[in-house]
Amino acid sequence: MVATQLLLGRVVRPTLGRHLLLALGAAAVLLLLSAQIGAYDDYNLTAVAIFAVAAAGLTLLTGLNGQLSLGHGALMAVGAYTASLLLKDHQLPVVVVLLIAVLTTGIIGIVFGYAAARLRGPYLAGATLTLAVALPQVATRYKNVFGGDSGLTVPPSVPPAWLGADFPPERWLAWIALAAALVTMVLLANLLRSSVGRTFIAVRDHEAAAALAGIDVARTQVLAFVISAACAGLAGALFGYWSGVTAPAGFGLGLSLQLVTAIVIGGLGSLAGAVWGSLVLVFVPALTSGMASTMNVPSSIANNLPLAIYGAILVIAMLVAPHGIQGALSRILAIVRARWGHTPAGGKKGVVDWDDPTPDT
Amino acid sequence: MKSVINGSALRMRGIAIISLVGLLAACGTSSATDNSGTNTASAPGITATDITIGSTQPLTGPAAPGYSEIAPASNAYFVYLNQHGGVFGRKILYQYLDDGYNPTNTASATRKLILETKVFGMFSALGTPTHLAVVDYINTEKVPDLFVSSGCNCWNNVSKYPNTFGWQPDYTIEGKVLGQYIKQNLSGKKVGYFFQNDEFGLDGVKGLDDQLGSSSIASRQNYVPTNTNVGPQIAALQASGAQVVVSFSIPAFTALALLSAAKLGYHPIWVVSNVGSDVTTLTGLLTAFSKGAVGGQLLGGMVTDAYLPLVGDSSNPWIKLFKGIHDQIIPGLPWDGNVLYGMAQAYTLAQAFKAAGRNPTRASFVKTLESTKLSNGPGLAPLGFSSDNHLGYLGVQVATIAADGTETTTGPVYTSSDTGPITQYSGSASTPPTNGIP
Repeated sequence: MVATQLLLGRVVRPTLGRHLLLALGAAAVLLLLSAQIGAYDDYNLTAVAIFAVAAAGLTLLTGLNGQLSLGHGALMAVGAYTASLLLKDHQLPVVVVLLIAVLTTGIIGIVFGYAAARLRGPYLAGATLTLAVALPQVATRYKNVFGGDSGLTVPPSVPPAWLGADFPPERWLAWIALAAALVTMVLLANLLRSSVGRTFIAVRDHEAAAALAGIDVARTQVLAFVISAACAGLAGALFGYWSGVTAPAGFGLGLSLQLVTAIVIGGLGSLAGAVWGSLVLVFVPALTSGMASTMNVPSSIANNLPLAIYGAILVIAMLVAPHGIQGALSRILAIVRARWGHTPAGGKKGVVDWDDPTPDT
Repeated sequence: MKSVINGSALRMRGIAIISLVGLLAACGTSSATDNSGTNTASAPGITATDITIGSTQPLTGPAAPGYSEIAPASNAYFVYLNQHGGVFGRKILYQYLDDGYNPTNTASATRKLILETKVFGMFSALGTPTHLAVVDYINTEKVPDLFVSSGCNCWNNVSKYPNTFGWQPDYTIEGKVLGQYIKQNLSGKKVGYFFQNDEFGLDGVKGLDDQLGSSSIASRQNYVPTNTNVGPQIAALQASGAQVVVSFSIPAFTALALLSAAKLGYHPIWVVSNVGSDVTTLTGLLTAFSKGAVGGQLLGGMVTDAYLPLVGDSSNPWIKLFKGIHDQIIPGLPWDGNVLYGMAQAYTLAQAFKAAGRNPTRASFVKTLESTKLSNGPGLAPLGFSSDNHLGYLGVQVATIAADGTETTTGPVYTSSDTGPITQYSGSASTPPTNGIP
C-alpha cells in the first residue's frame, strides 16, 4: 500500500499542472475536431487513439527502459479477449470493462515481466516474439471459450441517451478512446518526469551504474513491463470495441511489429513520437489501400501494391528521419532556434548537434 | 423586394416541402414497379449515372490463391454490363478492398466502404470468419449485404440479419446431397470423413450425417488450416478401413489429403464438396506441392457436386457467355471455377437491380429480393430468396471427375433445405439473354 501511495504521489505531483493543462487543451481541440469530421474519420481517429495508447506503453518499455518487446500485439489480445469475454454474457459500462482489461493484462505483465527482466537483447526479443506467435494459438486451441478463428464479437458501446438518438456511434467510441489516450498520456508523462522515470532511463543507459546508484534493476524492469502491458491491455480492449470482433488473426505477429514500427517511425522514447507513429500507422495504409480495384495493372501486382508502397514509405521515412518524426521536428526546431538567435539549452548560438538535437524528453 | 419573405410565403414553402417529402416517400415505396421517369440519386451509392457497391476480398494472404480471382471476375462482368448499357442506364462500379482473410481488417475495410465510399451495398464479401465479424454492423447500418461468398448457413437468418443474403447452396445441403449419392451408389462401402474444423466442415458433416447416419461412420478426421501436416488423419482413415472418404476441405487441403493418401498407398473413392474440388486449382496445387511428381491424375474417379454449369462444358450457353467475357476483359486470369463463380454472382446482382426498378432505395431493394422471383440465371437450381429465406441457390447436382480431368454431371439436380427432405428438381436450365445482360 505504501508503495502504491508513493507511486501515486510520484505520478501526480511534479509537473501535473502543466500536463493536465496540455491534456485539457488537447481534449477541447479533439472534441471540436471529432464533431466536425465524418463518421469514417471518427473511426480512424479512434484507431489513432488506440494505437497511441499501445505505442506509448511500448515506447516507455523500449525507448526509455531499453527492453525490446515483439509481443505487445499478444498483450493487446489479452485485453481484447478480456473485454470480449466480459461482454459475452453481461452488459457492463465501458469504463468497468476497460479497467478490468487493464488489470488482467497488468497481471499477465507481471509474469512476463519477471521472465523479461532476466533476459537481454536478442534473447528478450525472442522470448517476447514467442508470446506474439503462441498466444493467438490459444484462442484457436480452446475454441469453446475463445471462439476459434472466427473469434468473439464485441457489442458496440451505445452512446448515452442524452446525446440524442442520431448521435453517431463512431464519434462516441472516438470520445472514449481519446479520453483513454489522454488519461494514459498524462499519467505516463508524469511518471516519466518523476524519479521512477529517471530510474527507467538509468537502467536503460547502464545497468551496472544504475545498480551501483542503488536502483533495483530487476524491479525497475518488471515495473516498466507491467505499466507497458497495462497500456497494451487498455488498447486491446478498445481495439475490441473498435473492430467489433476479437479474432486471433487480428493479433498476429504483424500487429506487434506494427507497434514497434510506430514507436520507431514516431521517434523512440517520446510520447509525442508514439502519437506521430500511430498517425502514420492508421493513415498511410488508408491512403494506399483501395488502389487494387482502381489501377489498371495485373491483379497479382495490384493486390500487393498497397503493402509494397507502405513498406517503401517506411523505408524512405527512416532514411530521411533516422530519429523518427519527433526527432526530425526537434531538429527543425533546433535549426530555427539557432537561426533566430535563441540559444538551445547548453549549446552555443548557431550550433546544432545533428545526431541528437535535443536531450531526452 | 427579393429579400422580403412574409409569413405566408414561409408557410407555403413549408407545405411545398412537406408535400415533396410525401411524394418522395411514395416514390420510395412504389419504385419497385415504377420504371418510367428519370434516374435520381435514390439511395446512398446510387446517382443518376451509376451504382457503387463494395466488397472485402482476400486479395493477399492464405486464402488468396484462387479466391483472389473472384472479385476481378465479378468486375469483368460489370465492365461488360456497363459497355452494354448497364442497368437502367446506370453503370455498376465495384470497389473491392483486400482484407487478407483477417476479420479485423474486414471490420475496418467494411467501415471504409460504408462510411467513406458510401456504397449502396456490400456484394460478394468473402469468407465465413471474416464476414461474421461485420454482419452485425452491416445490418445495424441497414446496408444491403448481398450474396456473401460463403456457404455458411449463418447468412440465412432473416430475423437477426434482415439485410443479409447468401448465394451459394449452404454446406449442409451439399452434405445431404453427397450423402444421398453415397447411400444410393456406394452402398455397403465403409465411409470416413475428412473436414475443416470450423463452420464450413461442421455444417457439411451435419448434412452427411443426416443421410448416412452418424453411427455408421468408420472414422471422422478434421484439420485446422494452420497445420499443413494431414498425414496422421489420412493414416487414421486408412486404418479404419474407409473405402469412401468424404472431404469438406479448401483446395490446398484437398491436395494435401490426396498426396498424403497416395504416399501411403491408400486409394479410397474421394467425395469432395464443391469449394475444394476445382480441377484447375487442384491440378496446379498437386503439381506444386509434389514438385511436379504428380498432377491431375490423382483426381480421377473423384465425386463432387456443382450448382453452376461445369467450367469445362464449352457447349453450355452460360459458359460460352462468361468465357467470352473472360477472354475479352480478364485474359490474364485462368479460366476456372473461381472466375465462373464471380461472374455468376455479378449476373445475379444485375438481375436484382433490374428487378428493383429504376430508382431503388436500400429498403425497397431488399424488399424486391424477398418478393420478386428471380430466374435461375446460370444456376442449376432455383434461387430461394423469399421473406423467410435468405439462402441463394437451393440445390446441387453430383458430378464426377474422369482420369483425364474432365468433369461430367450425373443424375438430376436435387434441392433441399437444412432440415427438409431432398427433392428432385424438375425445372429446366435457363438460357442467357442474347446480349448477355438481364
